[in-house]
Amino acid sequence: MSTEIMASANAEARAVTGAGPEARAMDLLRFATAGSVDDGKSTLIGRLLYDTKSLFTDQLAAVEAVSAARGDEYTNLALLTDGLRAEREQGITIDVAYRYFATPRRKFIIADTPGHIQYTRNMVTGASTADLALILVDARKGLVEQSRRHAFLCSLLRVPHLVLCVNKMDLVDWSQEVYEQIADEFTAFAAKLDAPDLTVVPISALRGDNIVTRSENMPWYEGPSLLHHLERVHIASDRNLVDVRFPVQYVIRPQSTTVTDYRGYAGQVASGVLKTGDEVMVLPSGFTSRIAAVETADGPVAEAFPPMSVTVRLADEIDISRGDLICRPNNAPAVAQDIEAMVCWMDETAPLRVGGRYAIKHTTRSARAIVRGLHYRLDINSLHRDESADELRLNEIGRVRLRTTVPLLADEYRRNRTTGGFVIIDEATNRTVGAAMIVEAT
Amino acid sequence: MTTPAAYQVSHLDALEAESIFVMREVVAEMERPVLLFSGGKDSIVMLRLAQKAFAPANIPFPVMHVDTGHNFPEVLEYRDQRVAELGLQLVVASVSEALASGLVRESADGMRNRIQTPVLLDAVEKHRFDALFGGARRDEEKARAKERVFSFRDEFGQWDPKNQRPELWSLYNGRHHPGESIRVFPLSNWTELDIWHYIARERIPLPSIYYAHEREVIERDGMFYAVNEFFRPRAGEERFKAQVRYRTVGDASCTAAVRSDADTVEKVIEEVAATRITERGATRGDDRVSEAAMEDRKREGYF
Ligand SMILES: Nc1nc2c(ncn2[C@@H]2O[C@H](COP(=O)(O)OP(=O)(O)OP(=O)(O)O)[C@@H](O)[C@H]2O)c(=O)[nH]1
Ligand SMILES: [Mg+2]
Repeated sequence: MSTEIMASANAEARAVTGAGPEARAMDLLRFATAGSVDDGKSTLIGRLLYDTKSLFTDQLAAVEAVSAARGDEYTNLALLTDGLRAEREQGITIDVAYRYFATPRRKFIIADTPGHIQYTRNMVTGASTADLALILVDARKGLVEQSRRHAFLCSLLRVPHLVLCVNKMDLVDWSQEVYEQIADEFTAFAAKLDAPDLTVVPISALRGDNIVTRSENMPWYEGPSLLHHLERVHIASDRNLVDVRFPVQYVIRPQSTTVTDYRGYAGQVASGVLKTGDEVMVLPSGFTSRIAAVETADGPVAEAFPPMSVTVRLADEIDISRGDLICRPNNAPAVAQDIEAMVCWMDETAPLRVGGRYAIKHTTRSARAIVRGLHYRLDINSLHRDESADELRLNEIGRVRLRTTVPLLADEYRRNRTTGGFVIIDEATNRTVGAAMIVEAT
Repeated sequence: MTTPAAYQVSHLDALEAESIFVMREVVAEMERPVLLFSGGKDSIVMLRLAQKAFAPANIPFPVMHVDTGHNFPEVLEYRDQRVAELGLQLVVASVSEALASGLVRESADGMRNRIQTPVLLDAVEKHRFDALFGGARRDEEKARAKERVFSFRDEFGQWDPKNQRPELWSLYNGRHHPGESIRVFPLSNWTELDIWHYIARERIPLPSIYYAHEREVIERDGMFYAVNEFFRPRAGEERFKAQVRYRTVGDASCTAAVRSDADTVEKVIEEVAATRITERGATRGDDRVSEAAMEDRKREGYF
């Protein structure tokens, strides 16, 4: 008995196939876990994989063997994602683990991120591409500083959908009162963040309550199970199909005797819809032309939209290179060297300081930047702005003014997650030291 | 496929678009990329994506095969044919030559998986490659599940899993000092089943050993090893004929086959969708050494 999986309290586990009928067009939901250390993120992911029958027998056997050898009372499902030696020694998640599963409704990419404050940068890595974040809170402890930090980071990164999972309900006697108090406190905090769509679910990751099927231990909860929500949350309208933004990644010019005079601009559509015949403008030059063709290796397409990787050909010969951007003449991003941005600092060796010089990478454009000012540093608990701050240390967040060597073709991050974000790189160590979200570009 | 009306793409198209983006980033930003081509299904898919990323131009980098000397003849043949068709430059990093020159020594168990690493690193240094495309997928193994798309390697080719660069959005940081390099994994987010659906959709030919065929094998630890010049049965291991296919193609001395009747791509998809064992669990003797065998090899510079 010692190392069994905790029996699911739910009547019957639903039959879901781990494979899914992929031949049909299925959409993809990327979600990340968040929340403080030990609140049960990895256990939840293990449970979700286990209860959807997405685990392979050898993976499960390996985890059962490790749990048994360590004398765990039950199989520790967190070991399914905590795969590094150091993670298993310390019993915590250090870096993001990516896992994949599918149900007949959707395909999922999971990023299980660490809760420990030291590894916040890895949480940010996992959340930056997520459509949805699961924020876990231990029902016994309620919201702690790290829950607030992660919720704030999710809102800063504009993860479009948040789910607060009040976990370990088994340890608070499935109490509706405890649940509601945490849900209310979080909802009040989230209101200040202008967090988008928020859903709250009481769960026990360990026992499987409200994960795949609804729990019988909490009849007072009337909402759907977590999986039910993940399968149905509406994400199609999260994409920006209005503002045409096509950062040029690479110019394709075959050196060939059979294909001559070919010049195509390769890239991935960041937002908007590009069509043959559309009038376009190229930045930073400002020249205009028409789209002669939108091509892929499989032939021309009528339209291109996110996240398609295509090659655009223009009617006129214009000098265009990597880092330029194709948009519409009446809807263009700023061409700006003075950038106001919220910055999350990720370097433990040196703080961000006014006067500091860095390399930056924004869409397909690289530049250098100097920090001209630090308006304030945010206190994560109170959201109070400390305007006397003169540096940002590891894991601190603040509003920064930068001047870049060349113009960025930039939108506000809240309007565009691709043309609104950039990373800051230390030129000496080459490490990525900051994540920046543009508030204003002039 | 795409349904423009709703401006939605299928997950397979989304994966393809992401991989193409990654490959173009590398070619735009790195100086000397190379694609690791083993003749296995993942590297074959990667090669197809490279064709698509740069069409109508040719693939703008060479390919490299780390040749352990323990090859399946069908795979070598496939490699040479593909390279010739696409007009690619092929670099062979040969373990046999490295054994002869004394760069590496045969390991006690005769498996060449671990000794591939110094041979790979030696070739990287000699050709001054600064970006290496690998076909590893995060769904394969728990250490691989942790890796970035752009994975930094120090001048010894080492991976430091506790100190990876943050990787936000699709902004990949390939900056490095001379001697350091980046391993790039365009298939990070693909699963084994995605690979097979893509092979079916794109009608990509594969080495024949990926499909069911009859072969003389022995059974060891529940896996089926082909009897050939690189693999000797131990005393008491009985040879018999079975219908098998390979789920992965690696070094012929430590890659096992699975029992299978799947002789078409559609049947393989059915089989993979129904299987309850991971591909490495079903086919790799080298991962069984210890719980962290893969992590340890990767730290040393293995893929
Ligand atoms: N009783 C109970 N224990 C739980 C529950 N969920 C998780 N735990 C336990 O809480 C401990 C921490 O769980 P993890 O899943 O590793 O926590 P985590 O949030 O992934 O931690 P980090 O990744 O290090 O931030 C483990 O001992 C789990 O078994 C639950 O619902 N009920
Ligand atoms: Mg964890």
